[in-house]
Amino acid sequence: MRLGLGGRNGAHRRGADPKAPPEPVPEEPWGPPPVIEVRSLLKTYGHGDAAVRALGGPPDPATGESPGVDLLVEQGDMVAVMGSSGSGKSTLMNILGCLDVPTSGRYLLDGIDVGGLDEHQLSLVRNRKIGFVFQSFNLVPRTPALAQVELPLAYAGVKTAERRRRALAALALVGLADRVDHRPNELSGGQQQRVAVARALVTAPAMLLADEPTGNLDSHSTEEVLSIVDRLNASGRTVVLITHEDEVARHAKRVVRLVDGQVVADVRQAPVDGPPPALSDPSAFAALSPHSPTSAAAVRGGAR
Amino acid sequence: MNPFETLLLAVGGLAANKVRSALTMLGVLIGVAAVIILLAVGNGSSQSVKDSIEKLGTNSLTVSSGSGGAFGGALGGGGRRTSSATSTKPLTVDDARALADPASAPDIKSVAPEVSTSQTAVYQGTSHTVGQVVGTYPAYFEASNSKVDKGDYFSADDVLNSRKVAVIGSTTATELFGTASPVGKKVVIGGTPFTVVGVLATKGGTGFQDPDDTVIAPLPTVQNAFTGFGPVSQILVEAKSAGATTPAQNEITTVLMGTHGIKDANALDFRVSSQESLLSTQSDTNRTFTVLLGAVAAISLLVGGIGITNIMLVTVTERTREIGIRKAIGAPKGVILGQFLAESTLLSLIGGGLGVVAGLIGSHFRIVGIEPVVIPESVWGAFAIAVAIGLFFGSYPANRAASLRPIEALRHE
Repeated sequence: MRLGLGGRNGAHRRGADPKAPPEPVPEEPWGPPPVIEVRSLLKTYGHGDAAVRALGGPPDPATGESPGVDLLVEQGDMVAVMGSSGSGKSTLMNILGCLDVPTSGRYLLDGIDVGGLDEHQLSLVRNRKIGFVFQSFNLVPRTPALAQVELPLAYAGVKTAERRRRALAALALVGLADRVDHRPNELSGGQQQRVAVARALVTAPAMLLADEPTGNLDSHSTEEVLSIVDRLNASGRTVVLITHEDEVARHAKRVVRLVDGQVVADVRQAPVDGPPPALSDPSAFAALSPHSPTSAAAVRGGAR
Repeated sequence: MNPFETLLLAVGGLAANKVRSALTMLGVLIGVAAVIILLAVGNGSSQSVKDSIEKLGTNSLTVSSGSGGAFGGALGGGGRRTSSATSTKPLTVDDARALADPASAPDIKSVAPEVSTSQTAVYQGTSHTVGQVVGTYPAYFEASNSKVDKGDYFSADDVLNSRKVAVIGSTTATELFGTASPVGKKVVIGGTPFTVVGVLATKGGTGFQDPDDTVIAPLPTVQNAFTGFGPVSQILVEAKSAGATTPAQNEITTVLMGTHGIKDANALDFRVSSQESLLSTQSDTNRTFTVLLGAVAAISLLVGGIGITNIMLVTVTERTREIGIRKAIGAPKGVILGQFLAESTLLSLIGGGLGVVAGLIGSHFRIVGIEPVVIPESVWGAFAIAVAIGLFFGSYPANRAASLRPIEALRHE
């Protein structure tokens, strides 16, 4: 793994986009690197006339070039990436999660230039730096919760005893200490998603990347999972939520909206250093919650 | 991931689909068992042929009528008669007498002319068709390695006096007398009453004719009763030692060329065959037989291997999403490769192991009258090949799994 220190500074200076995030960019080169630094990111599928521009917006009629996506996420932040289906948020999530490579542009994850890595190095980056939470839980079938959570540590080569200790701690953190021997088919959706969260955070990754984490959950489980995510963020974990539900986005400190592969809005709801909105003033947050039977049904109906 | 964990994961993968795994293993099992059993049958058949030929006595030579020189003997018969058919002189008792002359044939120990026929024997209402009724001299017993188990051989005196005595084979004895001792009993063979003087020890053997279903009686008695005093069917000659068979063969040829008045050594009207030539012909046939059986078995093992590839491809397709998840949480390519290779190798390992067990058990039974003799190399070989097949045929699906792109694998439904 090589560190893209020099390139990072250069990328900063080029980032003179009017829609750039309004928060101050840490300019001194020896400060902690941002967790995510994306510059002029473009992703197209297909070639020639059939090319589909999934990310980066439509090409400029004058120059024929797309502006691309710029995004900077600092340590400890909790960002919700919002957008309707087809807005490119899944493509962005795949690229941020090192599951896909951009057509052009730079992506630095925790100071590492991911663009130059081969497949094996990418799998290492996914293992050490990213914790995935998917909409469809994506647990390994036929595997008990404990083994499930141990899996990333096993791939990282952690010793059995240490692995077990950390996996149990992660499961306790999501409140599933009494479910360690249950297989995915013996767990409810909410419990499965909490196992997935435990699996994502057991390696102490640089960021938790959650793709519609509550899309398949009822309102009660949604609250459960989101409160776990809130607590994780309050303890300093960087979180990126991909969602199209306002109810989920309310929990984030910052909301980035994507339309047609371009960032159209970037709103800060709470400071990076403080606790997430749900924990800074729980009573006010609950009062604003649209949590009535009708709205809960609407939330569920809106889930794809 | 240490090897033990990989193995555990593979066991879990196989256990997830028990019927399918079991059927795939069955393919390998059948392949390995077939290799072991069929090679054992081939080996067993050549062993038993070798044994039965050695039982006949390796010193003995058979002279039979017909052209063809010293080739093949009984196996090669019938092929070359046409050219000299008109001039063929049958073998006679006089020929045998000439061969018995130590002056012209010093390497010959004994000579026994024989006539043979098939007759029905009756004893107290029990009737049995004897495969071979042989009329010969007492020397026959030694030359053909026939030993008497109960009673005694008939003597030269019996031959001279054409006594109606007979030595019977063990099968004939069982068929006619059951468990009772036949010695001293009178049995009616083809209408002529014979006194049984001895019973031969069981020779055992393979082939179409049971060597133990036989009646041996003095030559003139049989000629008188059944065949008439014409030519003899063959002359059994015993050489002085196993090393003397070749000079004895040459002496027989010289003597019989004299008695038959033949000048040209290429136009013989008789054949001299040694057990040795029979043995080599037989072992050649058997080698071909064994190789063919082995090839059939190897094909079934190959089919078993293709079964592994097939089922592993299905497994990889089914578990594409799982592979995607594993890759997303950081499984390197090598670990995925190892997991699926371990599964396919485990399939072939268990299948092969059970195949060895099945093969070893199966080779304890007689198969088409042949006692299989397991070749130890075939057991190790078949097992090793099965495991290698698992690795080889599993590598393609495993490689396919390992090369899946995580994003596509995750999208797979």
